Amino acid sequence: MSVLQVDVWRGREDGRFQRFEVPRAESQTVLDVVTYIQRHLEPALAYRFACRVGMCGSCAMTVNGVARWTCRTHVARVARDGRLEIGPLANLPVIRDLATDMREFFDKWARAQGQFAPTATRRDEPARVAPQSPGRAAADAAIECIGCGVCYASCDVVAWNRDYLGPAALNRAWTLVNDVRDGARGARLRAVAAGAGCHACHTHMSCTERCPKRLSPTASIAGLKRATAAALLKGEL
Amino acid sequence: MSARGETTLWIAQRASAAVLALCVAVHIGVMVYAVQGGLSAAEILARTRGSAGWAAFYGVFVAAVAVHVPIGLRAVAVEWLGWRGRSLGVALHLFAALLLALGLRAVWAVVA
Repeated sequence: MSVLQVDVWRGREDGRFQRFEVPRAESQTVLDVVTYIQRHLEPALAYRFACRVGMCGSCAMTVNGVARWTCRTHVARVARDGRLEIGPLANLPVIRDLATDMREFFDKWARAQGQFAPTATRRDEPARVAPQSPGRAAADAAIECIGCGVCYASCDVVAWNRDYLGPAALNRAWTLVNDVRDGARGARLRAVAAGAGCHACHTHMSCTERCPKRLSPTASIAGLKRATAAALLKGEL
Repeated sequence: MSARGETTLWIAQRASAAVLALCVAVHIGVMVYAVQGGLSAAEILARTRGSAGWAAFYGVFVAAVAVHVPIGLRAVAVEWLGWRGRSLGVALHLFAALLLALGLRAVWAVVA
């Protein structure tokens, strides 16, 4: 049986990589490798996962320099000469080993007004939204985000400017800007345009390239740029 | 900066980029075409001096540069130097004024 040489990040920002040898298995995922290390070689290894099937978004790590869901990444696809390098997500503070502190990531969702602001009550009829309507179609294209942080870890602008809201928060705001039931459009457009918001995006498209759900936060951010510009010209910003 | 401020800068940079795309194309196209048969500095000046058309064209070109460049430098200053706040705004306004002055001085030199 062949053996994988796996370098795993240990400690906090000032930590280092530690080498482990892990038996190769058929259909082995990177998460399988990390789990093997924790169960058989180093019980103190810190990492996160929950569903193992690409639904929860908690197992994202940096694999050979690229942010990925480890549960949906086969070793065969990423190992180079039998070697793997596994680190925590970039652009987030490291708590320990492979676990990052995601507070700033989710705080930015709140700063971008990522909360739905209802305009109806439970006594009103359910809203009827035509699936083909342009707003619904735009929201559909961006709605499947599960908040894994891969886009945020891949974004150059986040790396250069820690105030930048980032692709996921702006993508979320774009779904709500297109939700006809939402009542906070003006406040949300102000929130995403102010400071290091949508206009700070340089359209490098790393988020779109790396998104495991194949969403395009770049397209959502471009939509916010157009929507905020239109609102400014109409005197509504 | 406020939502209005950021969005205004974004529109200004996109609009000035559109103007620059046109101006650069005309500038290079005319240059390549005009020097085909060989052209001296004196012959160029003979065509540009007193020309309101060229004065207006290059005046607009210079204005677009003075708008576009400082907005781009602002992003570079924030992201690479960590420079932000009032001092950056003052420096960029001064740089815009410098570009405008130098550019208009050059336009004046060939059309006046």
